[in-house]
Amino acid sequence: METTYNFKEVMNKPDRLAPGHRMCAGCGGTIAVRTVLRALHEGDKAVIGNATGCLEVSSFMYPYTAYEDSYIHNAFENAGATLSGVETAYNVLKKKGKIKENYKFITFGGDGGTYDIGFQSLSGAMERGHDMVYVCYDNGAYMNTGTQRSSATPHFADTTTTPAGKVSNGKVQVRKDLAAIIAEHHVPYVGQTTYIGNFKDIYTKAEKAIYTPGSAFLNVMSPCPRGWGYDPSELMTICKLAVETCYWPMFEVIDGKWVLSYAPKNKLPIEEFLRPQRRFKHLFKKGNEELLVAFQAEIDKRWEELCNRCE
Amino acid sequence: MAIRERLSGNEAVAYAIKQINPDVMPAFPITPSTEIPQYVATYIANGEIDTEFIHVESEHSAMSATIGASAAGARALTATSSCGMALMWEELYVAASDRLPIVLALVNRALTGPININADHSDSMGARDTGWIQIYAESNQEVYDNFLQAFPIAEHKDVKLPVMICQDGFITSHGVENILLVEDELAKEFVGEYEPEHYLLNPRETMAVGPYAVSNYYMETKRAQREAMINAKKVILEMAEKFEKMTGRKYGFFEEYRMEDAEYAIVIIGSAAGTCKAAIEKIRQETGKKVGLIKIRVFRPFPEEELAEALSKVKAVAIMDRSEMFSATSGPLGAEVRAALFQAKSQAEVVNYFYGLGGRDITVDDFEEIYNNLEEMAQTHVVKDMYKYIGLRER
Amino acid sequence: MIQDRINERSPWQDITEGNKIYEPATSREFCTGEWRTATPVFDKEKCKQCLLCAPVCPDCSIPVVNSERQEFDYDHCKGCGICAKVCPFGAITMKEGK
Repeated sequence: METTYNFKEVMNKPDRLAPGHRMCAGCGGTIAVRTVLRALHEGDKAVIGNATGCLEVSSFMYPYTAYEDSYIHNAFENAGATLSGVETAYNVLKKKGKIKENYKFITFGGDGGTYDIGFQSLSGAMERGHDMVYVCYDNGAYMNTGTQRSSATPHFADTTTTPAGKVSNGKVQVRKDLAAIIAEHHVPYVGQTTYIGNFKDIYTKAEKAIYTPGSAFLNVMSPCPRGWGYDPSELMTICKLAVETCYWPMFEVIDGKWVLSYAPKNKLPIEEFLRPQRRFKHLFKKGNEELLVAFQAEIDKRWEELCNRCE
Repeated sequence: MAIRERLSGNEAVAYAIKQINPDVMPAFPITPSTEIPQYVATYIANGEIDTEFIHVESEHSAMSATIGASAAGARALTATSSCGMALMWEELYVAASDRLPIVLALVNRALTGPININADHSDSMGARDTGWIQIYAESNQEVYDNFLQAFPIAEHKDVKLPVMICQDGFITSHGVENILLVEDELAKEFVGEYEPEHYLLNPRETMAVGPYAVSNYYMETKRAQREAMINAKKVILEMAEKFEKMTGRKYGFFEEYRMEDAEYAIVIIGSAAGTCKAAIEKIRQETGKKVGLIKIRVFRPFPEEELAEALSKVKAVAIMDRSEMFSATSGPLGAEVRAALFQAKSQAEVVNYFYGLGGRDITVDDFEEIYNNLEEMAQTHVVKDMYKYIGLRER
Repeated sequence: MIQDRINERSPWQDITEGNKIYEPATSREFCTGEWRTATPVFDKEKCKQCLLCAPVCPDCSIPVVNSERQEFDYDHCKGCGICAKVCPFGAITMKEGK
């Protein structure tokens, strides 16, 4: 699907997420929600799903919903299954002539609800091919409960359940590559993105995800100033460094074809991304140089793998 | 004219589903309820119904998808047993608190462990506090009749609660019995078209469901949910009356069998009531002793006052539990019936039996022994053992 | 206003069935602007209407009308400062306090 991007026209579209939600100042997750929902075409209706997490408890605190569209939160681990039910109901009601309008189905989950506790439900929904988009706002830890480690947490990150200490260097394991795992479900569209410049990358991927028939998955790196330990105003710098260091590559998988969205001309050393964040502070202590070497080696290996896939 | 058939309990439920032609059925197989989704899938495969089946990857997702479909505005249902229901546990609460008129065909089976596939009530009794209406059956006829009444009860504007239609695994689910089926057109008319007032896919208004609610709202929310369960009592009786007009078969909160003059009564749920009835006939014929039975059909909402009234003239009562709740005292039915009797200032002697766990048989002889025990308790006013077992091997 | 009908003093009879809400975007009634400890100030003269500040706002507090950004929605802006950092023209500055 070819899409043209006219930034000013896109910004003229009304927001489908309303202010007054209780997400933290500078929250990256909310930016994903706004942007993805903006990619809905005017006139199309939508049902928004949501796994339990920061977003849910902040965006629908009774009686205040932040959504312009119908919205359903069910539980933590079942956003995929819940929206499967909604989408199937739509197909039946449409078949029976009870609804004439066009609806789109988009569900949001954090990395806890997506990579971990909701993984099975997500996998089931993707495998069955429901016409829906699952958007993971990946902030790399269980932020709603206070920054506990998830399988999306980067190697060596200092979290409240993998604290850096006298004999600990933070999280022992490397990140799970969920976008690749979902791509292996042979769904028609997978995109990985974050917030860069005029938001062309995330917006066009969101539009493709929504308007590609069948199941689509969007993985959006959504920085969390509290959990990562950086000044909230620095969000866009953090995102840029994640992409320029190849910590967070942007790519899409369209009908099984891997496409790299952006390759930095001069790949920055991983320290550039890690240094501004409190969760990696211990990596810069004297004597921990080999941890940075290991981190860089993992980044290089994965980047190479990705580039090979995208040939 | 009713249709005469010979069906298993699972077939009877599947047949009711076919007549209702619901919108969405997500389900995951588990013995002994597996046949229900299999039959429905076959109806769909042969173009006999419009239902969409969702091949979910677990029972948790089955109930999650059912909730999604119901909230979206579809008539939705699922079927399960035992551990399948245990995996849905959290979602049972969500279905009830979201006030969604979902129906669950539950084929009762013992909960693990050890793993056991036979009938007892540990699955549904464990779910008794989830906010679901629970209706139990003795026979295939009853489970079919209950199933036809389920959606009209669940969808009633004063109720809007999920309904669990329970039957005993294998005993009725796989046992083939004579059954009278309602003609398709009458069944459809009885159940009616589902026209929700508020739903996610309503093009005229948006709906948001499933909020985070702080303490200032939570308690009021629960009180409102209780009101729906209170209203369900009235609606269950209304639907039973309407059903009786259509079929001539009478239903209430419970069945009173030979209770008009009974001095000794048993309170039981499910298929074992049939064996108890045989024992009652034998005892009355052979000894003339006035023995009777109360077979509970509706356990949620709990018919507390009505039960106490029905037991107000008996000298002794045996309450039969087909599940443990490990309080080290009563089983769930025992605790609630005793509370009802206490509140009504009943003077009857009471004993609580555990029977049939994991599919253990209960026989006419067992019921005779229970009635003998009741008679002795009433004469001596001594209850030697408050909590007893049927068919348990002991050293 | 939904808060006139459902609020923390509502009796249980007024709680909506299953806590469902049948109107969109009621969160607008909740003023998160109260949270601010720093406030963005918009200098219209310096602004070139590039709109880079608009999509980065987590609180949808930079309205865009006819391709032009409007004054901040101070009822909801939480003062995170992301917009000030992305502005290439120095048209947004953060000042201490509300």
